[in-house]
This record gives sequence, C-alpha cells and structure tokens, in this order.
Amino acid sequence: MLNASLLRSRWFSFGLLALGLALLPFLIDAELGRSWVRLLDLALLYVILALGLNIVVGYAGLLDLGYVAFYALGAYVYAWLASPHFGLHLPFWAILPLGAALAGLFGVLLGAPTLRLRGDYLAIVTLGFGEIIRIFMNNLNAPYNLTNGPQGINLIDPIRLGSTSLSQPLTVFGYTFSGAHLTYYFFLLLVMAVIFISMRLENSRIGRAWVAIREDEIAAAATGINTRNLKLLAFAMGATFGGLAGGLFASFQGFISPESFNLMESIMILCMIVLGGMGHIPGVIFGALLLTLLPEALRYTGDWQRSVFGQIYIDPADLRMLLFGIALVAVMLYRPAGLIPSARRRQEFADAKT
Amino acid sequence: MSALLTVSGVSKAFGGLQALSNITLSVNAGEIFGLIGPNGAGKTTLFNTLTGLYTTDSGEVHLKDGQQREHRLNNRAPHQVLKAGLARTFQNIRLFAEMTALENVLVGRHARTTSGVIGAVLRLPATRREEADSHARAHALLKRVGIEQHANRLAKNLPYGDQRRLEIARALATEPSLLALDEPAAGMNPAERSALRELLLQLQADGLTLLLIEHDVKLVMGLCTRLAVLDYGVKIAEGTPDVVSRDPKVIAAYLGDEAI
Repeated sequence: MLNASLLRSRWFSFGLLALGLALLPFLIDAELGRSWVRLLDLALLYVILALGLNIVVGYAGLLDLGYVAFYALGAYVYAWLASPHFGLHLPFWAILPLGAALAGLFGVLLGAPTLRLRGDYLAIVTLGFGEIIRIFMNNLNAPYNLTNGPQGINLIDPIRLGSTSLSQPLTVFGYTFSGAHLTYYFFLLLVMAVIFISMRLENSRIGRAWVAIREDEIAAAATGINTRNLKLLAFAMGATFGGLAGGLFASFQGFISPESFNLMESIMILCMIVLGGMGHIPGVIFGALLLTLLPEALRYTGDWQRSVFGQIYIDPADLRMLLFGIALVAVMLYRPAGLIPSARRRQEFADAKT
Repeated sequence: MSALLTVSGVSKAFGGLQALSNITLSVNAGEIFGLIGPNGAGKTTLFNTLTGLYTTDSGEVHLKDGQQREHRLNNRAPHQVLKAGLARTFQNIRLFAEMTALENVLVGRHARTTSGVIGAVLRLPATRREEADSHARAHALLKRVGIEQHANRLAKNLPYGDQRRLEIARALATEPSLLALDEPAAGMNPAERSALRELLLQLQADGLTLLLIEHDVKLVMGLCTRLAVLDYGVKIAEGTPDVVSRDPKVIAAYLGDEAI
C-alpha cells in the first residue's frame, strides 16, 4: 500500500519533471528571448562535457587540465566529415560516434604516458596535451590545409534527423518549433543518455574501482585493482563524452576555430565540477548549467546600473568577470564540498555531529 | 604439511641500505606464521616485496593455490599477487576513506568479479547476479568481523579498532589463501586485542593461512605456530615460539648484547 503510493508519487514527480523540461524552452523563449534558448542548448552541451570530465576527475581523481583537447577533436572530426572544407557531407549518426571514439582513443594515448603521474604533475602534463592539440589546429593549414588554421572551418552541416534539420523551424500540428527548440530536445535526449551511463557506472564494479584509485592508489592495487587499465578506461570514457560534445558543438555552431578550445575552456569545465560537487552527478549538472548561464546573466549588469544610477559606471563586460570570480571564491569558501555535495559528504557532516 | 608460501633467497637494497639479505622461509598451509623483529628490521619491506609493491633484487617468492599450482610472486604487479591468492593489510591503515564500509569490502571483490562497462550500463543479467553475490558476501564478511552495524558509514568515521577489522574484511573479500597482516593489533586496547585474537584464530580454524607482523610479544607467542625473527634485514631465527624466545641471538637483538 505504502509502496504503491510511493511508486505513484515517484512517477508523478518524474512526469512533472519531464513536463517541465519539455516546456522549458517555450517559457524561456517567451520570457527571455530566442538567444537564451540557444544558451540553454549550449548549457546542455556543457553538462555532457562536465559529466565526462567528472569521470576522470571526480571518480578516478585524475586531475586533467587538457580535457578541452578531446572536445576539439570531436568538433574537428565532425567539421572535416560534414562541411565544404573537404566536400564531405556524411550523416551525423556516422560522424558523432566516430568523433567520440577517436577522442576516446586519444584519451588512452594521453593516459598511457601519464600513468605514473599524480596530482600537480599529471595536471601539468595534461595541460601541455591540451595546448598541443590547440596549437596543431591553429597551424595545420600548411603545407596541407587540414584545419584552415585560425580562420577555422565554416558552414558545418547542422544535425539532420531524417528530413528535419535542427537549424530550420519545423511545424507540427500548427505549432512551429524553432531550430533552437529542436536542438534543445535533441541535446536533452543525449544529456539524459550520458546521465544514465554515468549513474550506472558510478554504482558498479568499475565505478567503485575508480573511486578506490582516487582514495588510495596503492591500497587499490593491493586490493586487486589493475590500476593501469582502470585509469586508462577513465581517460577513455571521459574523452569519449568530450568528443561527443565536440561533434554536437560543431554542428550546433556551424563554425569552429582553435579559439573555442583554449585553456580557459578546460578550466571552466573543471570549475563546473568542483563548484557543483565533485563526483556527484546532480551537483555536476547544476554546476555546468550555472557556469554557462551565470556569466551571460551578468551581462545585464549594464541595464541594472543604468536603471539604478542612470548611467553605466563599470563596463558590464569587466564587471561580469569580476562578479563571477567573486562568486567562485565565495562558493569555495563557504561550500568547499560544492553547491550540491554528494550523499557521502552529507553523511560525513551527519557523522561528525554524532 | 606442505609449504604454501616459499621465500627463497630474497634480497632488497635501497641505495646503500641492504634492507633484506637473502631471506629464506616457508609458510605452511593452515598455520599462523609470525614475523617479528626490532623496528627497522625489514618486516614491512619483506611484506611489500611479497605483495608486489617492491621489486626484488634477487631471490624468488612462490605461492601455491588451492589446486596446488605454483605462482611466482616476485616482481609481479600487486593486483597479480592478489589474484594468485595473497592478500594483505597495512601497518598504517589504508582504507578508502570516502567510501562506506560496505563499499570498501565490495572493492575487495574486484579481482574475483569480471563485469565491465557494458555490463554495468546495460545491467545485464550476469552483472546483476554478480553484484547481488558481491553484496551478499560483503555483508557476510562485515558480520564476520563484527562491524555489520557500520555497513553504511564512511570508512574514515569508523572507530580505530573497527577500521582495522574493516581492512581485514576487505582483504578477506578477495578470497585469499594466505592473508598477510601488518601489525593488526597496533594501537588497539586490550579488549580490542583479545577480540582480534579470537578473529584470527577463527580464520585459521576455517582453513586460512596467516602471515603476521606483530610487536605485541604476548599476542605473537600465544597465537603463532611458528615464527621468524628479522634483524637488520637478516633472518636470525626461525621456529616455534618456545624455541625462538630462548634463542640467544633473538634476545640479543631485542635487548642488546649485554643482556646475555
């Protein structure tokens, strides 16, 4: 009896959540405008990226500062195979997995030489890897024009589901869905798949082995974990999600250049994880949404200044990053375990009280 | 009695320091073998060499498994040593602090289970069976060492004595034929000590072979069937507790030459 009502209430909240997520782009479109729907799409992309990096940093405890390299690889693979650059226009369902797999392979290639490194040393090596990829993309326009250098690759094909392109409006039963709306639903589907995979992995033999390595690598090895293989697996899984997000990014923007894949991106993705709650899926999702949308919201500080003071004292572009930085420092000071810490951390506090 | 673990002529040097010189000993199936010696004698170094954390300079280590097959352990990776059937605990407790007691023991099942990423994501029937089996075994082991009430608490928040017990449970989860314990009674109060003694005797009665480093002479003398004594990386005595405790070299090592 109790179980049945519990189940019903659980399904009820699921239904409510699904309805909310389905209506969200319309609400945002009506309230804030079309550009915010596009931002929402981008935020979903960052959720995929953050969940991918969370496997490497949050679960396995491997501090990776070059994560954006895998994002770049996925994006360039997509651009090469679906743009006028090489005249290839393969379907997205063939390219996306290919880009993700290639990024995964590079994850292993990066992981292999870093297996003996930990902490700061690992961070420096991965940072170097991230920069190498970016600089390659910047310079591989000669002797053979592979990446078109700093100009980047343009006119990348949008994702096409059947005859529907995600960049064109679609009219169903008299309702018109804009490209941004369609992209939202498609990305949401992929985000849910990535969340599902992350959750299943977290509570598995593999997930526990990753956390064990993070907690004490020597004890993990002495408890029978092949630390080399599992660390490589973590790098590969994280990189695969990064590559997937890269392909989506290329198709979404229609244009990519090495500019989009600089060190700041890697750091932002890392911030999303740390700020939200490392190793905890809801925290990471929240962190990704917050850190994508907050800097945009802070652009409105100009309007706010005008309405309060009648004129703009500080350029919103400068103020935005200042406030953003202060917010980061404040969160780390007052909520060091992240905004939505995992049940483990919460239990820690509960235990500390008893 | 057949030798389960055979250590023959193992040496290990760190730079100019000869930590282990030509150590030879064998541990028989079913016994509790004690390894004693003054601080810095090389006991933990020997443990680390046996369990793959250190490589050996020379000598060989062999372990027999349940099917009487010989496995070479020297210069193997720690997880290979464990898979062959030699599990260990650490002198300074090394639990997975941010995992619950149950999860710590579940990690111990890693080497005896096989499900991978695909099994975990799709929750295949084989994976579900394996998980259910691992959970059942882990709960049973927590009960066995007497800390099942702490199953869902973080390892780092457990009382000290229970952390030691949890480390033993984690090692037992790997289904070892030989369990190596590095000072399991260190820092325990008398009540915890006698409970530990009971536990070790029970494990022995169940057919497990134990290799024990311990400083508590009373515990060692009462528990061990045989002992080896190390001093400055050299084995100076081996035998039953009676014989070893009367050995003049052992007395000299512990109390100084003047004592004789």
